[in-house]
Formats: sequence, structure tokens, C-alpha cells
Amino acid sequence: MGRYVARRLLQMIPVFIGTTLLIFLMVYSLPGDPIKALFGDKAADPATVARLRHQFGLDQPMLTQYWNYLTGLFKGDFGQSFTGRPVADLIGEAFPVTIRLALYAFAIEVVIGVALGMLTGLKRGKFVDQLVLVLTLIVISVPVFVLGFLAQFFLGLKWQLITPTVQDSMNLGQLTVPAIVLGALSLAYVTRLTRTTVAENLRADYMRTALAKGLPKSRRLGVHLMRNSLIPVVTFLGTDLGMLMGGAIVTEGIFNVQGVGNTLYRAIQTSEGPTVVGIVTVLVLIYLVSSLVVDLLYAVLDPRIRYA
Amino acid sequence: MRGAKSATWVAGAIAVALTATACGGGSSSGNNAAVDPNGTYTYYSTEPQHELIPTNSNEVGGGYIIKNLFRGLVDFDAKGKLRYQNAESVESTDNQHFTVKLKKGWKFHNGEPVTASSFVDAWNWGANAKNAQLNSSWFEPIKGYEEIHPKEGDPETDKMSGLKVVNDNEFTIELSKPVSTFKERLFYDAFFPLPKAFFKDTKAFGEHPVGNGPYQQDGNWEHKVQFKTKKFADYKGVDKPKNGGVIFKFYNTDDSAYNDLVSDKVDIMYKVPNSATSKFKADLGDRAVNEPYGGQTTIAFPMYDKEWGKPEKAKVRQGLSMAIDRDTIVKTVLKDAYDAADGWVPTVVEGYQKDACGEFCKFNPTKAKQLIKEGGGVPGNKMTITFNNDGGHRDWAEAVCNDIKQNTGVNCAAQPRPTFQQVRNEITGKKMDSAFRMAWVQDFPNISNFISEQYRTGAGANDMGFSDPELDKLMDQANAAKTIEESNKLYLQAEKKLTETMPSIPLFFDHTLGGYSKNVQNVKFDTYRQAIWTDVEVKQK
Repeated sequence: MGRYVARRLLQMIPVFIGTTLLIFLMVYSLPGDPIKALFGDKAADPATVARLRHQFGLDQPMLTQYWNYLTGLFKGDFGQSFTGRPVADLIGEAFPVTIRLALYAFAIEVVIGVALGMLTGLKRGKFVDQLVLVLTLIVISVPVFVLGFLAQFFLGLKWQLITPTVQDSMNLGQLTVPAIVLGALSLAYVTRLTRTTVAENLRADYMRTALAKGLPKSRRLGVHLMRNSLIPVVTFLGTDLGMLMGGAIVTEGIFNVQGVGNTLYRAIQTSEGPTVVGIVTVLVLIYLVSSLVVDLLYAVLDPRIRYA
Repeated sequence: MRGAKSATWVAGAIAVALTATACGGGSSSGNNAAVDPNGTYTYYSTEPQHELIPTNSNEVGGGYIIKNLFRGLVDFDAKGKLRYQNAESVESTDNQHFTVKLKKGWKFHNGEPVTASSFVDAWNWGANAKNAQLNSSWFEPIKGYEEIHPKEGDPETDKMSGLKVVNDNEFTIELSKPVSTFKERLFYDAFFPLPKAFFKDTKAFGEHPVGNGPYQQDGNWEHKVQFKTKKFADYKGVDKPKNGGVIFKFYNTDDSAYNDLVSDKVDIMYKVPNSATSKFKADLGDRAVNEPYGGQTTIAFPMYDKEWGKPEKAKVRQGLSMAIDRDTIVKTVLKDAYDAADGWVPTVVEGYQKDACGEFCKFNPTKAKQLIKEGGGVPGNKMTITFNNDGGHRDWAEAVCNDIKQNTGVNCAAQPRPTFQQVRNEITGKKMDSAFRMAWVQDFPNISNFISEQYRTGAGANDMGFSDPELDKLMDQANAAKTIEESNKLYLQAEKKLTETMPSIPLFFDHTLGGYSKNVQNVKFDTYRQAIWTDVEVKQK
């Protein structure tokens, strides 16, 4: 187990270098000159442009820039955005908000999704099963931004149950609707996935054995069925947490949540290399760690899986 | 497929109907409610792109905050008329040597008195090439700018020779050559005074700016959320605040801000999103604002292009201009969010004259065809209008192209580029081979700003590579004129002369499309499409 974790952690290094280099290259090749763009409609003063270019290290070859960035990173320096603020500050502001939003959405999706999945799996073919199937189908087929706009329009503007946008990005109460919108799609998937595996496992030999042994229902469903049914669900959930964080951009835009998505979007628009790479790097790290946790969870859920 | 499509249409119709009914109810904005003189209100804005230093802030997010924390020597009132603020007088006999006298008793928010050095030191710092300030070019007319801001390398001095402090309340400015509108230019953020604290730690100042304006910072700058200000009790300007403070609230998208406006969660918005232009009147009733401001839109041509640079193509451009039915486009496509342009200078700008463009901006398809023929036709009988797709320009670009196609038979296509940055890159790299969007929003409300910044040979925003020595001469004369009236007259001549070569085709004058919530009243917008912040009255709750 320990060796496995160590190996996985070591694997992160090349992945980390690869992604940062790739993103660095991509930002670098974006059309337009970010420094000249700072002047807007006005003509850029060449002396000022040259000085700013030097200040941000943009006058150096691409690979030198990347090297400087990497070495800075290991010293804990994420570089500076064009606004003169350290990127570390931007990350420090944006991530708590998005992590909060994503975890909230994640919690909703896990609790409600798994519960609905269990329910429908056990009551396969019944009315409640059909109803949930139709509802999840709707959620899956409607794009997130439509869902967001509808929620904002009806809940915020028409019925005035919530404020149309989030007034305080750290307030959990106000994040409820954005979190539901953000988690809705995954919730539908989790429900359907759980339902299918539950329905399948209900007919498994070990379930019949458990029943024949006279185990109480709570143990049969809670331990035997749940544990086995959750393996594919956990795989999905693990990758989903990363998706929620990166995918929050649409929801954040609609509800004016000041999180990662918007910071990233703005940075891409202004070709702010250090900011884009910094944020994406943290996203990649989160993704890597969460998928590692998922893989470790397998072993807990399924004793047949052993890591050496 | 077909079914799915009609379903979306039905959904769309329902949404529209709901919007309409939702907004039909109660627009009771009692106009003379009791006013709370200490009440604060929220103002729609975006997170500033730079630290809050007047010489480095050139975009609206930071600009709006700075304009409220600082007052310069002069500024413009709601009608666009120049008035003195921190200056008692700015005198000159030759438009080259100026004497500035300050009003006594002005203070910065930290209690430090505003003196002549507060201005001179700030300007020298802003012009210094070492500090790489985005607004440094505003100091270019001042004598000694070349030394403090050399084209390459470090400056050898940190002072402009044209600035001299006489005493605490007086200083003189010498320009390298006469500029008739220099006094007008002094309104701009770059010319704001700075307290001594700024020079000690500019970075800290950028987070906690200290000015001499009607409002002072209240608490910390909450990045990407809001910037709070409160009334400054010791403010000495003519525009004392009628409210307790402005809170600049930052939004990621116009749409989410607009929804907040409709439900009174943000109090003033100076631009409604494109998606709301057709419904904001219904949503806000008499709290909707739709009035012209100092901005215009044209399509410009690359005069450096082999074909378009030929002198006879002036006729073709005149013809194309006459093929565009501006009035109809404004009414139908643009829903009265613009005015049809009758020249290059917007109506609200000093020096504007009706029909400066004459018959060439009037719709006349017969003459259009004739002129295009006389000029040898459009190269290859096809043209494009390039614009950035992130600014809501597609509608008019397509409408203009349609008019050209229908009325002249020229094959015209609207050609979007994904971002503003990319378009700018192509334009400044002189890579255009057909028409492109060119717009100007006033730096200050005077005709000179609209003509000289875009049509002088080699001017900063002369994207066309256009050059007309006679026009340059007219502008030189205008700049040396003794009075502003005389200068305006000469600039008007220059504007009329533009019709002869028609390097760009005037299309529209821009409008402020804004609105305000039920919490505030007495909301007016100036020619910069900024609310008169100090005049806003907050209703008692």
C-alpha cells in the first residue's frame, strides 16, 4: 500500500511538468499581444511596452520563461499577474470559493444521487423509478447554462425566493442554488449509475446467500449491496470532483460567484500566462489527488483489490 | 430534429411571455421620496485591472473608482462644460505657457494639504519611463517629456523641465508647442495630484489609495467583490456629495448584473447587456436611461492597401457610405440604442455641427451606385467588415453589409474575429485588406479629440494609415488658435474635409443604455456615460 501510494505520488511529477508546459505553450501561442492590449483602443507607447515586457519577463525566449516560472514555483512563487498582484493571492481568493461550491455540489450529488439510486434500484419498474428516470433524463438533456438561467429567472426574478446573483460568495445559504445547478448533471448520472448496479447486484449470488443465511435486511442492503454497488459510482465521483471545479465556470458566471472559473476566464482573455498556468496547475493537482483517493477507496470497498 | 427545434422555439416564446408579464407589474418609483443624505448606493462595475494609481489606470473598472477618490484641476459638468475644481485658475496667453493657481484649503483624505508639489511630483512620477505607467503619454505635450521618457533606455532626469513650482499654491507649465485644448486635457486621471504617502510605498497605495476627491476609501478593497467608499467630510469641490458613499460592486457578466438591477440588488448600471436592450425599458419603466454620449462607430479602410490607397477610391467609399440606410438600421436592428451618424463627431461633443458629413452620410442608393462606378468599383467587387465578436457588433455589421449588398451589388460579408485583442493585433500590424470596425469614445468632450487622434498623420489611433497634409495643416492651425471657439471652427473645417477622402465611413453615435433601482433617484449620466455620482440621492428606507 505504502509503495503504491509513493509510486502514484511520483507519477504526479511528470504529469505536473507536462501539463504546465503544455498550458504555458498554449497561452504563449494565443493570438494578440497581451502587453499592447493593456492600452485598449489607444496606441501603445513603445518605451512603456518594452519596460513592461521586461518586467514580466516576456522579452525572454519561451523556454527560459518556462524555466523561470518552474523554478519560481518551487520557491512558492506563482509569479505576478499583469495587474501587479501576486498570482498566489488570486489563487488564494478564488479556490476557497470554488472548492466550497464544488464540495457543496458534490455533497448534494452524493447524498441525493446515491439515495435516489438505491431507492429506484430497489423499486425497479415502480412509479417512483419511472418518475426519477424521466426527471434525470430531462436534467441530462438540458445544458447547464439553460438550467442556471431558468433557476435564476424563476427563483430569483419571478418568485424572488433568492437573490438573482450570489451577494456573498462565501455564504453557504446563497450558494445552494448554484450548487444544485452545478451538481444537477452529475446527480442525474450518479442516480442512474447507482440504480443500474443496485438492480444488477440484487440478483447476485451473494445477495441470495445472505438472504438464505437469514441476515437482517439492513445488513444485506447496507453492507453487502451498498458496498458492492458503489464501486463504479466511486470511480465516477472521483473524476467528477475535478470536473465540478473546472466546470463551475458557467455556473459562476450566471450567479456572479467570484471563483476559479471567472478568474481563469478573465486571465485567458488577457493572455495572462502566469495566472492561467497557476490556476490550471492547482486544478490538475486536485484532479490527481482526488483520483488517487478514489483508487485507494477501491481497496476499502472491494477486498479483492490489493495494491502492492 | 424538426421536433426538437420547434420545442426550443416554444420554450423561447414562453420565456419571452413570462418576462413581459413579470415586468408589467408595479413600476412605482415615487420620484420625491425622503432622501437619506448618508445613504450609500451600489454601482455596477468590474474588478479593476490594475492597482489604483491614477497614472496607470486606463480602463473603466479602476477609472470609476479613481474618478471618485480624486479631483483634478478641472473637470466637466453633466453637460460637458469645463469647470474649475482644485484649480482657482489655469491661465495662458499663448496656449504654450500656463500658470496654475490652486484653491486654498483642499486636503487629501489623510489630512495632508494639496499643494503645487502634489501635482508636479505626481506628474513627474507618472511621466518617468522607469515607472512604465500606461497613461504616461498624456504628459507628452509638456516640455522635457522626451528626456524623462526616452524612446529607449533609462531617463537621465526625474523631472520635466516644463513644470515649475512657484509657491505652495501656484505652478507653471510650459509645453513644447502650443496645444489649444491642453486645459481641457487636464481633467484626465493622469493629471490628478498625489499625496506624499504615495511616493513612499506605491504598491501599498495601489491597494489603499488616498485622494482629494469627494469620496474616500472605506475599509479594504475586497477584490473581485466590491470597493467601498464613503463621503469625505473635508471635500472642498463644487460637487459636494448628496449621498453617503458609493459602493462599486464587481460583476463577471453584464447579464447577472442586470438581473440584480431589476430586483434592486444593484442600484445603478451604466450599460445594460445586449440581451436586455429590447426589454430594459419595459423592465425599468421611467428608471431606464437611453441617451447619447460621446462615442461613435465607423468602418475604416486600410489606406496602406494597394487598391484602397488609390486616390479615386475615395469616390467608392463615398458611394458605399450613401448605400447604408443608417436610420432604418438604427430603428430596426439596433432598437434605438444608437443614433444615425451625420458626421464623425457625436452630438453631445463640443464643436459638433449638424450634417458635417453632408450628403455623403445620407441614404441615396442611386448616387451610391454612380459614385462607386466612377471610382472604378470596389476591388474584386467584394469587401468584408472585420469586427471583434466579443463586443456585440455582429448585428450592425451584418445589417450594414446587407445594405451594401442590396443597394450596390457589392459582395459584402461581415467577418468576425474572436477577440478584441486579435482584431487589434491585425489592425496595428497593418494586415487589413478591407473595411474594419473603428470606434472612438471621447477622452474629453471636444471635437479635436475625435479628429486629431484618428485622422492626423501617424496619430496613435490612426488605424487606417491615413495621411492628408492639408488636414494636418488645418489641425496645426487649430491647435495654435487663441481661443477654443476658433480652434473648434478650424476642426470643423477639418471634419468636413474628411468627406473628400472618406478614409472611414461614419455609422452611428453611441448611447448610454442604463438604469437604476428603486432605492435611488436623481440619477443622471454625463457625456462619458458615467452617472453623476455625487448627485445621486438615496431614498430613506
